[in-house]
Amino acid sequence: MSIAVKNVTKKFGNFVALDDVSLDVPGGSLLALLGPSGSGKTTLLRIIAGLDGADRGSVLYHDEDVTNRSPRDRNVGFVFQHYALFRHMTVFENVAFGLRVRRASKSKIESRVRELLHLVRLDGFGGRYPPQLSGGQRQRVALARALAVEPGVLLLDEPFGALDAKVRQELRQWLRRFHDEIKVTTIFVTHDQEEAFEVADRVVVMHNGRIEQHGTPQEVFDCPANPFVMDFLGNVNVFHGRVQDGKMLLGGIEMACPEYPHGESRAATAYVRPHELDIDRSPADASSLRAKVLQINPNGSVAKVRLESEGSELELNVEINLDRYAELGLKPGDLVHVAPRRFRVFIPEDYAI
Amino acid sequence: MGAERPPVAPAGPQRRFRQDPLLLRVPLILVGVAAVALLIVVPVANVFYQALSHGVGTYWRNLVDDPDTRHAILLTLIVAPVSVALNVGFGIAAAWAVTRFQFRGRTFLVTLIDLPFAISPVVAGLMFVLLFGLQGYFGPWLRDHGIHIIFALPGLILATTFVTLPFVARELIPVMEAIGADEETAALSLGAGGWQIFWRVTLPNIKWGLLYGVILCNARAMGEFGAVYVVSGHIAGQTDTMPLRVQKLFDEYNNPGSFAVASILTSLALLTLLAKVSLERKTRREIAAAGAFVGPERPRNADSRETP
Repeated sequence: MSIAVKNVTKKFGNFVALDDVSLDVPGGSLLALLGPSGSGKTTLLRIIAGLDGADRGSVLYHDEDVTNRSPRDRNVGFVFQHYALFRHMTVFENVAFGLRVRRASKSKIESRVRELLHLVRLDGFGGRYPPQLSGGQRQRVALARALAVEPGVLLLDEPFGALDAKVRQELRQWLRRFHDEIKVTTIFVTHDQEEAFEVADRVVVMHNGRIEQHGTPQEVFDCPANPFVMDFLGNVNVFHGRVQDGKMLLGGIEMACPEYPHGESRAATAYVRPHELDIDRSPADASSLRAKVLQINPNGSVAKVRLESEGSELELNVEINLDRYAELGLKPGDLVHVAPRRFRVFIPEDYAI
Repeated sequence: MGAERPPVAPAGPQRRFRQDPLLLRVPLILVGVAAVALLIVVPVANVFYQALSHGVGTYWRNLVDDPDTRHAILLTLIVAPVSVALNVGFGIAAAWAVTRFQFRGRTFLVTLIDLPFAISPVVAGLMFVLLFGLQGYFGPWLRDHGIHIIFALPGLILATTFVTLPFVARELIPVMEAIGADEETAALSLGAGGWQIFWRVTLPNIKWGLLYGVILCNARAMGEFGAVYVVSGHIAGQTDTMPLRVQKLFDEYNNPGSFAVASILTSLALLTLLAKVSLERKTRREIAAAGAFVGPERPRNADSRETP
């Protein structure tokens, strides 16, 4: 089932949680709502579920307007951040709840719950109570409970937020495989960009109640729409300079910037990810920056090098692969040349943030 | 009332510094024991002693043969449960409103719930007389329509309900706050309606706290004297409840009769106390479980391995 959100606005007092948000979710996809806390992602999820009402705008399920329908008529599965399992019920009864309130027959409940417990790998846990389970197990009970009523949409609010790193990692991969099996349109909320990129087909980046960018993980990562997305997706080097005649000037260096062929000089910011910078012993061309190595951290598959550019005292973070690192034989204190392979330029006036 | 268990002192030389000297401890304990004996044990035991001083036969006849006493017992057994039932309804509604919704005047409502604790029961009784009595605002209208509130059963129930109003709500508010609304929201998302959520999710979660409130409320309702004294007009055989009957018999120098009725009230109080203690353990566990449940990731049993 596809979902469409049209021009939804939601305020809590004076705080604008969602500001004219529109979003299309193709049927069967796995979409991540990514953003810092307070960006409105959970509010959007709750409005899609019908747990909160929108002040303005509408929600469509498969081209059908469900804006004024209660959650019970929307047929959604919702998984809460802290699981919200019924503590006085066994695992079996938790999963059976949605079927019981819909007055399903005993035999149907029995077979459906067994099937779901098997699906989430919790066979034999039916008689336990929630406090007797680990966090990962509770999370899977919550998922089975949400799936019991065969929802057209599965909504997950920070599904792995309360779990420790290892369990988190395992459950992520499990959710991905699980989604490929059951093919239910799924939206999950997260503030962890790594999680969003690893699990989702599509990523929606939110900020201050607005959608900043919507695309596949590849699109969002490679072509961030604006400085916020660039910044939010992690570790980035920021250069302030000016653009003019298709060139960007940063202190002493010059880089090609064909997006801005205008004659007038404007302030601009260039963003370069650590792995997009090269280190060399000799200057490559006009776009390389002289810098001093401050610290080297060979960490796993890459060496993380921290440098300080000469003159501007700008700190740079560079990631190079270990072979290159061995070839260069870098030591703290060395003077080297740093050149970007790729960079993105944003004119700050265009993006008042 | 149970004595606090002393904190466990660490073994070794430190131990002696933790304890007060024997010379101080013994007199303190004796003073404590004497106070409890003098103020509680002796008077309570005396109630039963006085009631049974003329033998079990007389005790029984005092309770059963006097029609006015019989009626008083019956009346209390009507008034108390009805008041408790009303307060269960009110208490759940109030606790639900206060813990599940943010609205203007929320703090004011919480304060208002406590008002009956602060007002003298006699004043409470008087308020109802001034409203519903013959000289009161609604008196003439009620008389014209043949409705009796003051000096009748409705007045007794009204006064008792007012005085015991805070018990259930006060007990439920912290329990419902600790449990939170998450499970109810989950039930809503699973397609449950309002009543289904209440019966299947909310009530099972608050049942021990609710029962505790009911017990306290019931104890207070049965023992209520001041407010009921004013609204009942203490008509023997008609509006006398047990506490009023105790006082009347005592005024008539019928000590064995008075103490016989008093012994029943006392027994009910002792039973309440027992029930309260056993329930207190359960509610404490309920709140602790609520706290542990929303807490950070912490598997309870070491052998529950992840099988994603």
